[in-house]
Amino acid sequence: MAPIDPASRRRALGFLRGGLMAAASMALAPVSASGTGTDGTAQGLPPDVPEWMRHPGRSILSPPYGVPSRYESGVVRRPPADFAFPGAAESLTPLQDLHGIITPNGLHYERHHAGVPDIDPDAHRLIVHGLVERPLIFTMNDLMRLPSVSRTHFLECAGNSWHLWEPEKVDPRWTVQHTHGLLSCCEWTGVRVADVLAEVGVKPAAQWVLAEGADAAAMDRSIPLAAMLDDAVLAYAQNGERLRPEQGYPVRLLLPGFEGNTNVKWLRRLKLGDAPFESREETSKYTELLPDGTALQFFFVMEAKSVITRPSGGQRLEGTGFHEIAGLAWSGRGRIRKVDVSTDGGESWHAAALQEPVMPKCLTRFRLPWTWDGRLALLRSRAEDETGYVQPTREQLAAVRGTNSHYHYNGIVTWRIDAAGAVSVAA
Amino acid sequence: MAGLAAAGLLAMAAATAQGPRYGIGRPATAEETAGWNIDVTPDGAGLPAGHGSVREGARIYALACASCHGANGGGGAVERGPPLAGGRGSLATAHPDKTVGSYWPYATTLFDYIRRAMPYNAPESLTADEVYAVSAYVLYLNGIVAEGAQLDADTLAKIRMPNRLGFKNAYQEETRGLWR
Repeated sequence: MAPIDPASRRRALGFLRGGLMAAASMALAPVSASGTGTDGTAQGLPPDVPEWMRHPGRSILSPPYGVPSRYESGVVRRPPADFAFPGAAESLTPLQDLHGIITPNGLHYERHHAGVPDIDPDAHRLIVHGLVERPLIFTMNDLMRLPSVSRTHFLECAGNSWHLWEPEKVDPRWTVQHTHGLLSCCEWTGVRVADVLAEVGVKPAAQWVLAEGADAAAMDRSIPLAAMLDDAVLAYAQNGERLRPEQGYPVRLLLPGFEGNTNVKWLRRLKLGDAPFESREETSKYTELLPDGTALQFFFVMEAKSVITRPSGGQRLEGTGFHEIAGLAWSGRGRIRKVDVSTDGGESWHAAALQEPVMPKCLTRFRLPWTWDGRLALLRSRAEDETGYVQPTREQLAAVRGTNSHYHYNGIVTWRIDAAGAVSVAA
Repeated sequence: MAGLAAAGLLAMAAATAQGPRYGIGRPATAEETAGWNIDVTPDGAGLPAGHGSVREGARIYALACASCHGANGGGGAVERGPPLAGGRGSLATAHPDKTVGSYWPYATTLFDYIRRAMPYNAPESLTADEVYAVSAYVLYLNGIVAEGAQLDADTLAKIRMPNRLGFKNAYQEETRGLWR
């Protein structure tokens, strides 16, 4: 007789018991699943036994792909405005409700130029051609056979915080989702662009690479070859699962630290050339108008920036005393070296603690313990990256860029806390 | 940026020095590439055979473009597509109006973008002749070509746009957003 493994026996019994109990609970579960009585008061608080302890909870696989608690239904992406063309629009990440640095895949901000295509990965191809020795065509299986890397990086839309260029138009009711929500951060997995380019062989004359998507805008940007060879990735996964359609399924370009739109989604083509291709998205759009009427072009890097996410616009401090100030800092040039926080509108600054690990071109969570005395407070954060670049004030930024740049706003934002504890944006 | 460029050069040497390392991916045929090779560059490379006139463009514009961009390219009143014409001289003012005529540095970009992305609800549906014609009409609305103009690969690439010199390459100049 074979010896009985106690562990496997326990597992078998547990399985049986779970199955029986699940069946029983379906028959016996009370109609009310709420912890709140009809008069609105909480039920089951100490010393009472809460309702959800009086019967087993729901079974496994309900649903097979898990979703957040129904009590978190307010944590969703939101649009900043109504759009004439909902496919050529954006939605914002609810930064005020997130913790740590990772953005859940369903909450990653969106910016599309002609909607989200529904792409069968078996019918998707990537062509790499132009100034190369061997033009090649790759299937998704081909790309996934190549050596893979995983890297955690933020993505920020070039237009994030663009309203703050014109503070007179800022609505004081806005939350950090409205002011900074075109910002997300994921662990991305894919193949190094350098490995793909080694397969095709780059001709010496090549300097720029056109990246083109398989969406209805065939959205395209020119990228310097040096940046493509440095740390660019053809990403097919985010946060452990395949890309979401909104983030470029089945494969996108990931250019760490570069403005969001250059990270071309639904990537179908890379073409090597000796000069920029001058697409509409790098001439008419995503260029920054200066006061003299000229514009910056190919201003790729998202520069050091930070924002306090708690407390932030629309929130209310529940009483005086201890509150943790927490926020996010990031730089497209590398690691965040320091974040200073002010509670008096910039009169005095205090160094915040940075959550380890601090990774390059990645969101960094900062925190500062604070005791609120119940008086008016003006909260600000100021990031410095490892190159020594210090996040500017709005006035410093406007002095050199004017107020018609539209893109690449990385000025310091102020949250105003009134005597009642209500937080609003003071731009 | 210097570090990035140096790392790029090293990787570039690796990408050019040898044959394929993994032998993954198959040769792309000329036919396959041709169908997807839709970009048009300022030197005119990528422009197809064909031609179109301002007059033909006006007819196509009325059918396929005006509902969003307005009858004369001034922007749609209902569908709110961006304005395509006007705005000359406004870029250095408090209210810049960035249109094809006031802002776009290359006429080739107009052909490229209309072909790849317009009309919004039916991209890549216009023939090459139709794209030439609509490009000609939008340039006419901006006073850049005459009412009798006809465009083809040669004439389109030769057009010099009013704001041709209006851009600074921030990547090459390490502008860093002008704030350090």
